[in-house]
Amino acid sequence: MSAEAARPLLVVGAGIAGVTTALEAAEAGQEVVLVEREPSIGGRVLKNHQYFPKLCPPSCGMEINGRRLSKSPFVQVLTRSEVTAAEKSDGGWRVRLRRKAEHVTQACTACGDCTKACPVRVPDPFNLGLGTVPAIRIPHVDAWPRRHVMSREACPPGCRACADACKVPGAIALDAKDRDEELLVSAIVVATGWTPYPIEKLGELGGGVLPDVIANVHMERLAAPSGPTGGKIVRPSDGAPPKRVAFVQCAGSRDVKHLPYCSAVCCLASAKQALYVKEQLPEADVAVYYIDRRTPGRNESMLARAEAAGVRFVKGKVGKVAQGSGGALSLRVEDVEKGRVLDAEADLVVLATGMVPAGNGALPVPVPRDGDGFALDDRASRVFAAGVARRPEDVAASVRDATGAAARAMAAGRSV
Amino acid sequence: MERVGVFLCTGCDIGASLDAGKLEGVAKEGGAIHFQSSACLCSGEGLSALRGAAEAGTVDGVVIAGCSQRHKVEEFRFDPSKVQVERVALREQVAWTHPPGHEDTQALAEDLLRMGIVRAQKMIPAKRLEEEIARTVLVVGGGLAGLEAARAAAGLGHSVVLVEKSGALGGHLAGVREVVPDSPPYGALHPSPVPELVRAVQGDAGIRVLLGTKLLRVSGQPGQFRVELEGPGGKEELRAGAIVQATGARPYDASKLGHLGRGSSPDVITAAELEPMLAKRELSRPSDGKRPGRIVFIQCAGSRDAAHLPYCSSECCGTTLRQVMAVHQAWPEVECAVLYRDLRAPGQLEHFYRAVQEQSGVMLARGTVKGVAPAGDRLKVKLEDSLLGENVEIDADLVVLATGMVPNSADGEAIRQLRDAKMRIERNESETQVKLNTELAQSLAHHEGTEILNLAYRQGPDLPTLAYGFPDSHYICFPYETRRTGIYAAGALRAPMDPAQAAEDGCGAAMKASQLIASLGRGETVHPRAGDFACADFFLQRCTACKRCTEECPFGSIDEDAKGTPQYNPFRCRRCGICMGACPERIISYADYSVDAVAGMIKAIEVPEEFDEKPRILALLCENDAYPALDDAAMKRATWNSWVRVIPVRCLGAVNLVWINESLSRGIDGVILIGCKKGGDYQCHYIKGSELAHKRLENMQETLTRLQLEADRVRVVELARNELSRIPALFDEFAGKLEELGPNPLKGF
Repeated sequence: MSAEAARPLLVVGAGIAGVTTALEAAEAGQEVVLVEREPSIGGRVLKNHQYFPKLCPPSCGMEINGRRLSKSPFVQVLTRSEVTAAEKSDGGWRVRLRRKAEHVTQACTACGDCTKACPVRVPDPFNLGLGTVPAIRIPHVDAWPRRHVMSREACPPGCRACADACKVPGAIALDAKDRDEELLVSAIVVATGWTPYPIEKLGELGGGVLPDVIANVHMERLAAPSGPTGGKIVRPSDGAPPKRVAFVQCAGSRDVKHLPYCSAVCCLASAKQALYVKEQLPEADVAVYYIDRRTPGRNESMLARAEAAGVRFVKGKVGKVAQGSGGALSLRVEDVEKGRVLDAEADLVVLATGMVPAGNGALPVPVPRDGDGFALDDRASRVFAAGVARRPEDVAASVRDATGAAARAMAAGRSV
Repeated sequence: MERVGVFLCTGCDIGASLDAGKLEGVAKEGGAIHFQSSACLCSGEGLSALRGAAEAGTVDGVVIAGCSQRHKVEEFRFDPSKVQVERVALREQVAWTHPPGHEDTQALAEDLLRMGIVRAQKMIPAKRLEEEIARTVLVVGGGLAGLEAARAAAGLGHSVVLVEKSGALGGHLAGVREVVPDSPPYGALHPSPVPELVRAVQGDAGIRVLLGTKLLRVSGQPGQFRVELEGPGGKEELRAGAIVQATGARPYDASKLGHLGRGSSPDVITAAELEPMLAKRELSRPSDGKRPGRIVFIQCAGSRDAAHLPYCSSECCGTTLRQVMAVHQAWPEVECAVLYRDLRAPGQLEHFYRAVQEQSGVMLARGTVKGVAPAGDRLKVKLEDSLLGENVEIDADLVVLATGMVPNSADGEAIRQLRDAKMRIERNESETQVKLNTELAQSLAHHEGTEILNLAYRQGPDLPTLAYGFPDSHYICFPYETRRTGIYAAGALRAPMDPAQAAEDGCGAAMKASQLIASLGRGETVHPRAGDFACADFFLQRCTACKRCTEECPFGSIDEDAKGTPQYNPFRCRRCGICMGACPERIISYADYSVDAVAGMIKAIEVPEEFDEKPRILALLCENDAYPALDDAAMKRATWNSWVRVIPVRCLGAVNLVWINESLSRGIDGVILIGCKKGGDYQCHYIKGSELAHKRLENMQETLTRLQLEADRVRVVELARNELSRIPALFDEFAGKLEELGPNPLKGF
């Protein structure tokens, strides 16, 4: 196939969808360039503690994918890189890439000497700002490529502590500059993923206002051994383990004032997170407030598993979360169908926020989008979408769609 | 390899922790012909000297004593046909995790180096298989997933043979006019993509469609499948490189739904039975041909029900919403009520759900249906716990059961068990044998005649299943990787899914089929060791035909001849080494991984005398989860017991028990195996490896007793990829146990 499609396929975004598209195409002999903005691959999946319904760590599959990337001669991974321009060229595309300054180069051995010497701490981007990390560090324990990253903008003027500590020739380049590169590609797969719906927009549910109201994405970090608490589930206000945890489903989803669509994963994510709580704190009262429990397919087993662990599923939409007495949070739950209102209390409230397609506006590739902002395939222009950039879906579905996207993009590229 | 060179990196704290001079001595003693030390082997002068020595042919085996095999992969990559590379993780397993300058630390490093040298010496350059690979993709099933797979494979340049057992393409959707939207506008029904897809497939010169055709036999291996077919024109044989199985699903047997009124009145029909009425725009009750005034749709008819299908069939809520919309558009006066437990319109289907809710004359209500019974010429639906009240009855003229779906799969392993049982009954060796096998055959009788692919594989004629009849795979991360290499399940066969998802699934399966054909063309295997080419080598002269390898290979790679001798199929093989672990005669090996090589590594461990009070522990770690976890623990500078010597293995299933015997008989005090999670939610990348290792060790207890050794000297542990913090404690605790037991009594013998 490589002879027919001499130009590489460009995959934008190295989350689970982009990595899958890139690998499935590369192992079929297609040259691929995989571009990722962040310093390491894995996107949002590696920020999860476990996958539903197997309750297995995402690093397990990602380990294999990292090894496949290391091994395949057909794929080139460009981290800390972004597409800054794209124009059509001979049926394919001519793209410009911005390679961010390589303050830490490929020579880095990940030994950690620089991290020990670094005098500055910055909010930890991997842990969604929960906790701090040195300005130069391994992005996270599962990082691929295994190389340090520097938050150069945080460095005090004139500081050379890391460069002085580093014993590897050429590993640190404090004066590195951004570079631009041009590339001719046969087709583009957009796998730019998603961002969580901002909880600050859910003020009525305490989002961004009450410290013990967190989003589901934060809960993943709290439960993960690599997270800011080393895997201990605590409430942010006082660091104490919560005795009552409430999950608020459809927080900003299925709601014309926020996201009109269903994000497809939040019911399962909450069932899974409820199990995290029950495993650590068996005595805790865990309630999930829902409109519909959407656990399709074999994922139905998650409901039974959560119920068996003592998780309560309560029909009703939470309309308001407020500070109650004695540090507790009070919830107002409306069961519209039955026309009744319940009041409940919790120590920790988890908002099951939905997924907003990322890359809207920021990506210079003209991608057709639907009214919700999800990307659509444009076969004529050889632009394809994969993963949550395309539709709200879980990991298994992302992998499926990303594999299909590889086939579509390769087929389109064959005629270049 | 004959000319093994040792390249020591003293960077990353290694030099500060260890005596490099002594390591050089160890290298020379071990037979290394070249030793070189570098302050940073992965860049600059260090790397050029290493490459220079390899390119000049000074060395043909390279031992890199520095960081672990997971780091600097590109820097230390050599042409495997010329140079074999062995990595000794002095950084992670010694310098970062043990006290610098300590004699135990140095002893650990020296052992690891000895082991690495032996391993490199025992490696043999592998040859790539160069055989003719058929580029044809065989697609089994002409429904939406199969059609899409055929079109996608053709788009990737493959010739395609699409086999459909019925007389027409299109599957369940053949007679369906409209589908739920999967692209804008999301609030409206979309015309079915099937007619256009059927035209495209029929009009594609690269796709041969065989209707009314079934598979008689599929033999051979990926890249070289021999497919025997029978259709209206008679029998035919063809070659295929890969297979996409898209045999779909069938509605759940409605006759089992008596509790929902099925059978009590002809007016209780299934969603599938409503389809022709909608397609022909002729809506009438079966009982009297009158148009119903009110239709009640009952969701989860046989789904999410422990007595029927425990899973959710995923597409029924969407199908019902579509049918309601279609009824409402054609006959606005007909009332529709949908009774559901949870209305599942995930993702952007929510828009369509909202559109249906906005139709007048449509009611959607939550509740549990307690019964459906005829009442006069109508039906009464009893509903419990609904918004309409505690116990309500709804009158209906027509009841539509949203039946779930059952995969059209065949349980290959069960069929094989059934065949074996019957064979043993026929053999009639003993009364007990016959009785046991008769019982087994009876319990498996429902698998009789269910074959689909008719694979001529020792392990059975179809894909092994995991749960609920869906084919086994790592269904989250690697959903297409079934346990039969080169055969990819797609569509509703693989998992419950809606039409749009099934189409996407067909496309993905075609990608995998194409990838397999390309990989075999390069002489390489596929997932998860994609890129590997060294195959298993069977020294058959010493084979005792014990059949362990043929039975235990998770991928059905090995058949048997009439005498029970293994017949290996390299293109079915995923290089996991489970057969090598199984073989009691140790006749299976890979050029780059063998029983002898690891046994040699174990022999290279220096076991101190009993009075030294320095026990030794061998740790065999699965290189997929446990070994990376150990690496990460080192990165975090965890510390652990310096008696432990770690050897990474391809899978716990690739551990041959002779290694454990060898260790204990050499006086090593204990052996710990750490591998992936097993069971229904297994994390083992080779599916059965971890489980097999546990079983084999159970069986080994007898041997230990015979050697007058305590069973506790051998331990097997399951560890998830992210449980790095458990590892030091596992080692420490095991070391503590061994101290309790005292030294291995075989020490010094």
